[in-house]
Amino acid sequence: MPKRKDIKKILIIGSGPIVIGQACEFDYSGTQACKALREEGYEVVLINSNPATIMTDPDTANATYVEPLTPEFLSMIISRERPDALLPTMGGQTALNLTVELAESGVLDEFGCQLIGANLASIKKAEDRDLFKSSMQRIGLEIPKSKAVSSVGEALDAVEYVLYPVILRPAFTLGGTGGAVAYNEEEYVRLLKKALDLSPVHKVLVEESVIGWKEYELEVMRDNADNVVIICSIENFDPMGVHTGDSITVAPAQTLTDKEYQKMRDAAIAIIREIGVDTGGSNIQFAVNPVDGRMIVIEMNPRVSRSSALASKATGFPIARIAAKLAVGLRLDEIPNDITKETPASFEPAIDYVVTKIPRFTFEKFPEADPELTVQMKSVGEVMAIGRTFKESLQKAMRSLEIDSYGFEPLNGPGEIPNAETLHKFLKLPNAERLWYIADAMRAGFSVEKIYDLTGIDTWFLNNIKEILQMEEELKRTPPLMEPGGGPGVFPPGGGYPRGISDCDIDLLRRAKEFGFSDKRLSQLWPGAAEQAIREFRWDHSIRPVYKVVDTCAAEFSAGTPYLYSTYERSFGRITESSPGQYSIDTLTECEARPTGRNKIVILGSGPNRIGQGIEFDYCCVQASYALKELGYETIMINCNPETVSTDYDTSDRLYFEPLTIEDVLEIIGKESSRVEPGTPEGIPYGVPEGVIVQFGGQTPLKLALPLKRAGVRILGTSPDAIDMAEDRSRFKTFLHKLGLMQPMSETAVSVHEAVGYASQIGYPVMVRPSYVLGGRAMEVVYDELSMMDYMKRAVKASPEHPVLIDKYLEDAIEVDVDAISDGRRVIIGGVMEHIEEAGIHSGDSACSLPPYTLSDETVEEIKCQTRSMAHELNVVGLMNVQFAVKGKEIYVLEVNPRGSRTIPFVSKATGLPLAKLAAKVMAGKTLDELGLYEDRSITHVAVKESVLPFERFPGVDTLLGPEMKSTGEVMGIDDDFGMAYAKSQTSSFNKIPMSGKIFISVRDKDKSSSYEIVRKLIALGFEIIATSGTAAFLCSNGLEVESINKVAEGHPHIVDLITNKGIDFIINTVFGELAKKDSRSIRTTALAYKVPCSTTLSGARAFIKAVEMLKSKKMSIKSLQEYHRQWR
Amino acid sequence: MKKAILVLSDGLFFEGQSFGAEGETFGEVVFNTAMSGYQEILSDPSYRGQIVTLTYTQIGNYGINAIDVESSDGPKVNGFVVKESFTDRSNWRASKSLGQYLKEYGIVAIQGIDTRALTAHLRDFGSKMGIISTESADPVKLYLRLKESPGIEGVDLVKEVTTRKPYEWTEMVWGHDKNVVRPSPALKVVVYDFGVKYNILRHLYTEGFDVTVVPATTPAGAVIEMAPHGVLLSNGPGDPEAVTYAIENTKKLLGKLPIFGICLGHQILGLALGGNTFKLKFGHHGANHPVKDLQTGRIGITSQNHNYCVDVNGLRGQVGLTHVNLYDGTAEGMRHVELPAFSVQYHPEASPGPNDSTYLFGRFRDMISGSAISESAVSESKI
Repeated sequence: MPKRKDIKKILIIGSGPIVIGQACEFDYSGTQACKALREEGYEVVLINSNPATIMTDPDTANATYVEPLTPEFLSMIISRERPDALLPTMGGQTALNLTVELAESGVLDEFGCQLIGANLASIKKAEDRDLFKSSMQRIGLEIPKSKAVSSVGEALDAVEYVLYPVILRPAFTLGGTGGAVAYNEEEYVRLLKKALDLSPVHKVLVEESVIGWKEYELEVMRDNADNVVIICSIENFDPMGVHTGDSITVAPAQTLTDKEYQKMRDAAIAIIREIGVDTGGSNIQFAVNPVDGRMIVIEMNPRVSRSSALASKATGFPIARIAAKLAVGLRLDEIPNDITKETPASFEPAIDYVVTKIPRFTFEKFPEADPELTVQMKSVGEVMAIGRTFKESLQKAMRSLEIDSYGFEPLNGPGEIPNAETLHKFLKLPNAERLWYIADAMRAGFSVEKIYDLTGIDTWFLNNIKEILQMEEELKRTPPLMEPGGGPGVFPPGGGYPRGISDCDIDLLRRAKEFGFSDKRLSQLWPGAAEQAIREFRWDHSIRPVYKVVDTCAAEFSAGTPYLYSTYERSFGRITESSPGQYSIDTLTECEARPTGRNKIVILGSGPNRIGQGIEFDYCCVQASYALKELGYETIMINCNPETVSTDYDTSDRLYFEPLTIEDVLEIIGKESSRVEPGTPEGIPYGVPEGVIVQFGGQTPLKLALPLKRAGVRILGTSPDAIDMAEDRSRFKTFLHKLGLMQPMSETAVSVHEAVGYASQIGYPVMVRPSYVLGGRAMEVVYDELSMMDYMKRAVKASPEHPVLIDKYLEDAIEVDVDAISDGRRVIIGGVMEHIEEAGIHSGDSACSLPPYTLSDETVEEIKCQTRSMAHELNVVGLMNVQFAVKGKEIYVLEVNPRGSRTIPFVSKATGLPLAKLAAKVMAGKTLDELGLYEDRSITHVAVKESVLPFERFPGVDTLLGPEMKSTGEVMGIDDDFGMAYAKSQTSSFNKIPMSGKIFISVRDKDKSSSYEIVRKLIALGFEIIATSGTAAFLCSNGLEVESINKVAEGHPHIVDLITNKGIDFIINTVFGELAKKDSRSIRTTALAYKVPCSTTLSGARAFIKAVEMLKSKKMSIKSLQEYHRQWR
Repeated sequence: MKKAILVLSDGLFFEGQSFGAEGETFGEVVFNTAMSGYQEILSDPSYRGQIVTLTYTQIGNYGINAIDVESSDGPKVNGFVVKESFTDRSNWRASKSLGQYLKEYGIVAIQGIDTRALTAHLRDFGSKMGIISTESADPVKLYLRLKESPGIEGVDLVKEVTTRKPYEWTEMVWGHDKNVVRPSPALKVVVYDFGVKYNILRHLYTEGFDVTVVPATTPAGAVIEMAPHGVLLSNGPGDPEAVTYAIENTKKLLGKLPIFGICLGHQILGLALGGNTFKLKFGHHGANHPVKDLQTGRIGITSQNHNYCVDVNGLRGQVGLTHVNLYDGTAEGMRHVELPAFSVQYHPEASPGPNDSTYLFGRFRDMISGSAISESAVSESKI
C-alpha cells in the first residue's frame, strides 16, 4: 500500500525531561520518527519540554514546541496547528498517557486529528491490567495466576490455585507498600494477616510468584497488511524480580531451544494482533520457568521503548524509523533495509555476534537510597557492547561503564575475597555489583550450581563467567617470560616489554583478547606490566582487533553501511599453486572496517548516561557530526550508549560501537589511519584522521585527551594543555591572578589536618570537594569543623588519587553560567544565564534564566568582558563555559571549562544559535567571520531552564539541593517574560504552580526578615499562609495574618499530617545546619510522596511569586521555536 | 583441545579446535543464518553431503534433547563448523551436550575459527567442497586430497537417507494445545521419504492426516494402490536431477492424486512437469527469509534450506507462481493450473524457524477436500 495521501501534518509527542525509566532512548526514537516522516513528505509538528534533545533541534521538525507536556498545552497546539494525525508511540509512557487523555476528552475528535500507529482501544487493552488479562485468556496465553482475597479462609482457597511461592499485594497502599512473598503456609497466613491490615479496603491480591524465572523480551513490528516480524529477542541475565531496565540483558536469546523460541514468537504475534496495535513496534515481555519451560506473558508496551532502542542498535534494524513509516501506511516490504540496501524491511534480522547491555547506576549520589534492585527501575543509563562471543561482549560492556572497572576485578582488591556470608547476601540480593560478586564467589570456590541456586542466573551465563575466571588463573600462572625457558619475569620498569617471549605466551595473550580481556585488566593480572607495555607487545605481535559490520543478515548479503564493532578473530590461510606442484601459503585476516581516503574527523561520544553527564553531551556530539559533514569531512563516531542518537548508524558517516577507553579508541584511530591492501604490510598511512574531537562528550572523552595526545593523536580545538590549565587548581589560580580576576579564597589540602586548618583560615562556610570531578560528586558545603572532619573521612574514598579542594562558600551570591565560543581570535558570548537558586546549589540542579532576570546590565557586561579575556588567554578554540558568582558588586570566577557544557543545547534552543555546530566548524579551522558570526546575540523573549530530580525513585532520600548534582534531566519554559517562562518550566518539571490555596512556610533564622516581603506578596495574591511557630511568630509580629502549626517534633497534629491530608498546596522550606536538615526532612519527603511542590530556597519562592503574578494577569500562550528564532533566520 | 582444520576446494583454510568426533569428513560447505535450532539442523536429512557452518556464534547453549529431532539416529550433516560451542548444557529438556552428541554419532566438527569470514567467502565465491580433518594438520595435503574427491552435483543422496521400509506416523507437533482435537475426517496421506523431516510428519498428523511414509523408490503404482487422499513429496538432500526414479513416479501420480511438494519435493514436481532446476550460488539456508504468498498478499518469515531452484518461468502455462522470495525474487512456490498439485521451495514445517507457513498443511487438506480426484477417495474411505 502506498503511503497515505489524506494526511499531511503529523503531531509527535516527545517524552519530556530525562527521568529514571524514560531517558534519551525516546529522543532517539522521536528524532528517527521526525526524520522518517519528513523524508516521506509529511509536515511534522513536535512537542517536547526537554531542550537537551536532538529532536527539538529546529531543523528536525517543521514546527517545534518546547512547551509543557500537559493536555492543556497539547490542546492549544492542536487547535493552533491543526495536525491531521497524532503519532503517540514515540514518546514513551508520557506520550501514550497524554494521548489517552486527549482522545477521551474529545480534543482529537474536535479538531479532526486521528491517531496513527496505535489506536485508543489497543493502548487501553495493553495498559489496563484487567483488559490485558482477558485479552491474553482469549488467545490462550498464560499470565501469572492471581486471586483477590479479603479473608484468611479465601486466601487458603486461593493458594490451592495460585500455588507457592505467592506474592501478596495489599490493595490501595501507597506505592505498593506492604508487598511480600510467601513460600509456605505458615509464612503465608502470617504475612496475609499483616497485608490485610495494611490495606485500607482490607483486600489483598494473591499472585503467583515468577521471581527467579528466566526473563525474555521480543521486539515485534506489524504493518497495516497484518505482516508481523520479530526484530530481536533479548534474554535477561538477571532473572525475574529485577526491572528489565536494571537487568543485564543479552541479545539474541541464548538458552531457548528453537521450539521454545518459536512458541514465544507465535505468542508475540498473537498478542500484537489481539491487542490490535495497527502498525509499528511493540515490546512484549515473557517469563519462562526454568524447571519445566512454562511460559507466561508479563506485559506488553504498544509503543517503542527502551528495549526497542537497544534492539535497533543490537540488530541494525531502526525500529522507530520503520514504525513511523508503517504508521503512514507503508508496508514492511515497501520499505528498504538501509543497511543491506538490496533487501526489504519485511524480514527478521539475523545476527552473528552477542550484544550485552549493562545498566549504569548512581547509588553513590544517593547514599541513603536502598541499593537493592527490585521491580522499580533505579539505573540512570546503560552501555551496550558487541562481541563475537558472550565473554568478549560482556567484558567490553564492563569496561564501557566507566566505573573504573576493566573486567572482573576482585571487589575488595587483588587477592581479597569477601567472606562467604557477604557473598551469600550479595548473590541473593540483586544489586549493582552482583556481576563482580559472582566472580568473587567463584574465586571463593562456589560452584556454578550453588551460585545458580542463590541468583537464579542461568548456568550458561555463569559457565561463561567461569571460563573468563579460568583464563584469569591461567594468565596469572603464566606471566610472560624474560627468556625462553627462564623463570617468570616482569616487564622491565619504565615501559617496554620483555623480549624473547615464547609462542605459547603469544597464543595465551591472543586467547585472552578473544575472551574480551582489556590491556588494563591484563596489566593487573601481570604485575609489573604497564598497560602501555602490553599494548606495545600486542602490536609488535600483530594481536590487533578486526572490525566486523552489524549488517542485519549475518553476512548473507554484503552490507555497505559502516556500523562497526571490534573483535579478536583468528586469521586463516590461503593456498596458492605458485608453480606446478609448488604451493605457497598466505595468512589472511578479515577486517571489514575498510577505511576510506577521505578527510576524516573522529568524535568521541559521552558513554553511558549518568547524573552529571547526560543527553546534553550526546546532543553536542551529534551536532558536531552534522556540522563536520556539512564541511565535507567524513565523521567517525565512537560511543557505547545504545539509547542515543549518536549511535544511530546514519548520524555519522562511520559508527564504531565501542567502549571509550584509551585502548579501544587507539585501536580505532590506528585502523582508520591505515589501509591494508593485498600484498602490503599493515600500517601504511592512508587518510589519517585530521584529529579527534574531545570537547563535546563531557568528562568521558576529556579524560582521554592527554593520553591520546601522548600517543601522537591530534586533538582538535582548545589544546589539552589549556584544558589542564582550567582544571588544575594552582595553574588556574595563577591564570586568574594574571588577568586580575577574582576567585573565592581557596586552598588545596592533602590531609585531614591540613583541610581543617585551611578551612578555619578561609572561614566557614566552605565548599569542599575532591579534584577532577563532573557533576559535583562528593561536593559539600561545610559549616563547621566537626562536619569538616566527617567529610574528610568520606571524601577520600571518592577520589583517592586527588587532593581535596576547599573554597570559600559565598552565601546568598547569585550564580551565573556563561557559554561562549571562540575561534582563537574572537569570542562570541552564546548566552548569560542567571541561576534562580543561589550559588552553592549545583548548577546542574539549579533553575536558570536566559537572559538574566535580576542582574544589572553593567554586571552582565562585566561578566561578558571577563569571559572574553579568559577565552583569549586560554586560546580557546571551540566552546567554553564559565561559572561566576555575583555577590553585590563583586564578581567571582568559580570555574572555567574550555569545552561543551550541559547548557549548550538549552542556550541553542533559547537563542537559535547552534553553538555546538558552530564550535565544531571552528575546531575544523573555520573562523567566526567565515561562519557569519559577528556579535553576541540578544533575545527579547525569556527562556528558563529547570531541572528534574529523581527523588521519587529513592524513597526516603532528602530532597534538599546542594553542591552535589542530583538531577537527571531538564525542561525549558519559553515565553515573552520571566514569570510566564518560569511558570511553564515549573509545569514541565512536575511542579505545577497552584493559583490559590494554602502555603506552608518554614525558614531558617537568617531568612526570616527576607521572608516578610515574600509572605506579604503571597497573601496579596490570595494565598493562605501557615507556618511553624518561629516563622509564624515573626510574621505575625510584623502584622501578617499567618496560621501556626506544630513541627513534627512538637507532636500531632503537625505539618506532615497536614501534607498527608492534602491540606497544603505549596511549601517554602529553607534550612541551615545538619540538625535542622534532619528535623525538617520528613516535610520534604512527605511533600514528594504527595506531590506537593516545594521550594527550598527563597529565590525559588520569589520566582514562584513572579509566575503567579503573570499567570493571574494573562493567559498562557504558545509559540514554536521556529517562530522565536525567526528574526535571525 | 585437539586441533582441527577446515580446507576449502579453492585453497582457503581455517585452523581451529575439534569439538566432535575425531577423523576426516568431506562435504559441500554451506552456511545457515538461523540463530536457534542447531539440533534440528544437524538432524535434518537434507544436509546429507554437506558441511554446515552456523553464522550464529554461541552454539550448544541449550544442549541436545530427545524430542527436537528431525530424523532418527543422530546428525545427518557430514560435518559441523561453529565459532564457539558450549561444553555444558543449560535447558530443562536437555539430556546431553552438543559435543557428546556429535562424538556419539561420529560427526567431525571444528570451532574457534572466523565463521563470518568463511560465510562472506561462501557468499562471494559460492558454495565450495571442503574437508574437516582432526588427523592431518597439513593444509596442502588435505587440499590435494579434496581436489580428487567428487562433488555432490549429480549424486543421488536421497538413497542414503530414505527409509528402508514403510511406516506409520502418529506424533503431534511439540507443544500443541492439548485441548485441540485433530480435524476429522482423517485423510490418508502417503509421504515419499526423500529424507523427510519429522516435523512435516508431525504437522500432517496434527492437521488430521493418517500418515504413511514410504521409501523414495516406491513405485507410483504401489502408492496408488494404497488409495491415499494425497501424496506428499518430501524434502531431501542434493541434486534433484539425480533422483530420476522419483521424477518418473511423480509424473505417474500427477492427475491421479493431489500432490504437495516441499523443497526437494518441489523440485521433483517441477522436473516431473518438464521444467528445469538450477543451482544457486550459495543457496538459501536460514530462518529469516521473507516470502510473499501471492494468493493472500501475506508475508511469512520462512525456514529455508536449498541450493537448487525450479525455473518456474519455464513452466508458464502449466503452473502459476504462488510464492516469491522477497530477498532475491526467486520462486518459492507454484501451483498447477489444472491438476491438484502445489509445492513450495521452503519449509512450512519450520523446525527450525518460524511457524508462519504452517497454513500450507491446511491448504493441502483443503485442496484434497476440494479436488475431484480425491472426492472418490474421500467417499470411499467413508464407506
